[in-house]
Amino acid sequence: MAAEPSVVEVTLESDLKNVEVADELSRRVTTRAGFDEEDRQRIEMAVHESLINAIWHGNKNDASKRVWLKYEIFDDRLEVRVRDQGNGFDPTNIPNPLAEENLLNISGRGIFLIRSFMDDFRVEKLAGGGTEVTMIKRYVSKSKST
Amino acid sequence: MSMKANTRQVDSVTVIDVSGRITLGEGCAQLRQLIRDHLSKGNKNILVNLGDVSYIDSSGIGELVSAYTAVSNQGGQLKLLNLTKKVHDLLQITKLYTVFDVRDDEAEAIGSFAKQAGA
Repeated sequence: MAAEPSVVEVTLESDLKNVEVADELSRRVTTRAGFDEEDRQRIEMAVHESLINAIWHGNKNDASKRVWLKYEIFDDRLEVRVRDQGNGFDPTNIPNPLAEENLLNISGRGIFLIRSFMDDFRVEKLAGGGTEVTMIKRYVSKSKST
Repeated sequence: MSMKANTRQVDSVTVIDVSGRITLGEGCAQLRQLIRDHLSKGNKNILVNLGDVSYIDSSGIGELVSAYTAVSNQGGQLKLLNLTKKVHDLLQITKLYTVFDVRDDEAEAIGSFAKQAGA
């Protein structure tokens, strides 16, 4: 039987300053989970971009709204969930930032980076309101320290 | 650590030494203002030294693109110097490495502005 995941969960106010808090938390969780330096940076960046989406685009920087961040360390993977109180977005409806005509766009690379850095990325509009993003990173080798 | 920037003038080139985090909010706003200020003073040859940048996110990358476009639109040149591995990888993955003129030697980078201006 698979072991219960180790869980780290925080609730944050919609303030961009809290993105740095999440960055630090990601560093600790990914280190504890045993990812190598390159994967730690990739996961940290994916969570960072997701937090910015939740605070800035989802909750519109409204400090009265919350963002929930949850890390679950499984034997074979790390799952990260970011939930906001916004109206959601369609990840399939984002212009390809690598297309020639979009290369010099100022924005529009966040979701692309998350997809590039994580093994799985899902967006779910919640029935009670809000959006939940799930990101999964699997261990590629025996680098996990447990 | 938030973003810090120190500006030097070397010959006709404005060198901006950036350190810290270029991220959505303060870091991006600072960089945007700095580029605007230099353009308004007529400083159109700009070399951005990113050697001490500890972190850059998608908004920071967007800010570099914005700076590149603003300088180019005024007939100037913006080049990047001393990319860390993280920044280098991000520019590669976003295909922007081919857009920016990236250098790893300051003297050679300074010289390249003069060559292009005189070409």
